[in-house]
Amino acid sequence: MRKSKLLIIALSLVMVMSVFAGCGSSGEAKGQVYWLNFKPEADEALQQIAADYTEETGVPVKIVTAASGKYESTLTAEMDKSDAPTLFVVGNPAAVSTWKDYCYDLKDTDVYNELTSDDFTLYDESGKACSIGYCFEAFGIITNVDLLKQAGYEVSDIKDFASLKAVAEDIHARAGELGFDAFTSSGMDDTSSWRFSGHLSNMPLFYEARDDEWKECPAEIKGTYLENYKNIWDLYINNAAQDKASLATGGYDAEGEFLAGKAVFFQNGSWEYAKLSETYTDEQMTMIPIYCGVEGEENAGLCAGTENCWAVNANASEDDIQATLDFMKWMVTSEKGTQVMGEQFGVIPYKAAAENNNLFLKKSNEMLADGKYTVGWTFTYTPNVNDWRAGLVAAMNKYDAGKGSWDDVEKAFVQGWADQYKAANAQ
Amino acid sequence: MKKRRASDGAAVNSELLRRPIRNCFWLFLLPTAAAFFIGFVYPFFKGFYLSFCKFTTTSDATFIGIRNYFSAFKDATFLHAFWYTALYALVSLLLINLFAFIIAYFLTQGIRGSNVFRTVFFMPNLIGGIVLGYIWSMIFNGILSQYGTSILMETKYGFWGLIILMCWQQIGYMMIIYIAGLQSIPEDMMEAAKIDGASKWHTLIHVTIPNLMPSITICTFLTLTNGFKLFDQNIALTAGQPFIWAEDGSVIKTTEMLALNIFNTFYGESTGARGVAQAKAVIFFILVAGISIAQLRATKSKEVQQ
Repeated sequence: MRKSKLLIIALSLVMVMSVFAGCGSSGEAKGQVYWLNFKPEADEALQQIAADYTEETGVPVKIVTAASGKYESTLTAEMDKSDAPTLFVVGNPAAVSTWKDYCYDLKDTDVYNELTSDDFTLYDESGKACSIGYCFEAFGIITNVDLLKQAGYEVSDIKDFASLKAVAEDIHARAGELGFDAFTSSGMDDTSSWRFSGHLSNMPLFYEARDDEWKECPAEIKGTYLENYKNIWDLYINNAAQDKASLATGGYDAEGEFLAGKAVFFQNGSWEYAKLSETYTDEQMTMIPIYCGVEGEENAGLCAGTENCWAVNANASEDDIQATLDFMKWMVTSEKGTQVMGEQFGVIPYKAAAENNNLFLKKSNEMLADGKYTVGWTFTYTPNVNDWRAGLVAAMNKYDAGKGSWDDVEKAFVQGWADQYKAANAQ
Repeated sequence: MKKRRASDGAAVNSELLRRPIRNCFWLFLLPTAAAFFIGFVYPFFKGFYLSFCKFTTTSDATFIGIRNYFSAFKDATFLHAFWYTALYALVSLLLINLFAFIIAYFLTQGIRGSNVFRTVFFMPNLIGGIVLGYIWSMIFNGILSQYGTSILMETKYGFWGLIILMCWQQIGYMMIIYIAGLQSIPEDMMEAAKIDGASKWHTLIHVTIPNLMPSITICTFLTLTNGFKLFDQNIALTAGQPFIWAEDGSVIKTTEMLALNIFNTFYGESTGARGVAQAKAVIFFILVAGISIAQLRATKSKEVQQ
């Protein structure tokens, strides 16, 4: 009796254990790659390239994509698992301070040695190379050239804020007769608000950083150029088909509007190229700089930089780290890899980079060649970036609906920064 | 050992057959117990431990003592979320139970089509919170946009919006519990009241409600704890908007409830705040447990024996 009882306990334990064992082990001695991808729009192509790589080398590559705006929470959860991501994204100084203990020092690894520029490498305070850029992106105002012509303008007519404003206001005034409006919707739900609380806010941040020569995240900012932020924001929301009071909750699809030819201007970045080029040819669209009325901005180029930086999980097994480094190297040196990288992510700062046909990045380089200055991605300094942006969005929503004043936006911007800086550096 | 009943050893309820099965009770208990330990007990204690730690991922934490609790109590947004949640829980408790009882009362009076109504009222429960939040945000904004505003503009819209949403969702569920309670009141008791000449009102106050106390206990418990724990609907409907900037520079998210405040602390801020969020979660647990135990005691003492 006793014996059989013990036997039953033992058997049932074995059963339970085998259930758990099934989750973890995969029995590969060679190491494997698990990339927690940051860009939903690249997921399909990456799944394909992962399969190709596995076929070529036999190394399993798993690619999981976090939902838009949920990277930090997905990463936190995934990093806790026994098979944590071996390759993940650490895209700005704030992320470095969160994840530095998990970052493998990439300095002088094979893939690091393939870099053409150290500009996108993020270091922690001890000098460890926590993450390296795997692409280079640009954002600005994507413009439908055909529609602009129909309205009687050329891209070259737009040289600064005043000319952009004149064109946009004229198109908006004639929207009924033209059949399209000036700007696509500036939706403020989570899927779209980052274009404005994140990317558009880069304009005032960049110019302030340039004046004050920021070297690191400042504890307080002045908001010197907030008037310019207001200029461009007012232009967006007053010259679109959508009622500005409805932006907070309208659930609009700006990309869809642009693809359907309902508006001329669409603020977004080079990552949109793959999608937009299915509908438009390179002659039918272009990207112009965001002008907001700052002195000398006729010499501004596109906003170029990146938040796409690879970090390798230092806590992964040695085999997995090696497999991951090999995979990264393959992605930036092999023909197939560089091609997909170029198509999905744009210009990659690596020696063996494929010829890139991303129109928007070509434009960015053309402007540089013309002697224009690049508007860098200053917004990557933002402390507690999610909370700071949430505050800005809430204030802008009130302003748009006419229920709050621009002062609230300024408060969210300046005071919010100081507040979040304090919170971020409290412990 | 007990004396064995004189019966056929092969019968289904024979001791000979039943004893070995009975002795294996722990085997039958194992799956549920394992699930309970893995899904509840372990995370609970780990969460408690983590509230004393600084960490980025939960498997890799450094012990730092009770600092997190000081930070949690100093956090003005947490205090605001507490009072807002308490107010919300109270109002929703009253409204949901009131309406659920009224509907249950009428649906047990033998109206035609009672079953159809019961099904229809219960159905909102089958929809998930996030989905409901978005659906109702469309409905509210559809109406509010007529007046050039939206649910994100005013704290009161967010508050009453959430109340309406939760009433719509939960009344049906509580109604089912009340109907079951109403149907279990003995007929003869009602008849006796009638014969004694009690009016409908008196019957309700002196017979129906005292006999319904067990249902009231359950329903108030459920609505109270649901009110405090509310998360999905809150994040989908307003996500804390509108915000107010306090004089000292801190941001108050005026429609943010406790659970959402904890979530935002965990993911919105630097990793130093993750331990603080964990400490808030422990405080939150003690609070909800304390309030609901007090409520259970209070309503249970009013239950009558039938």
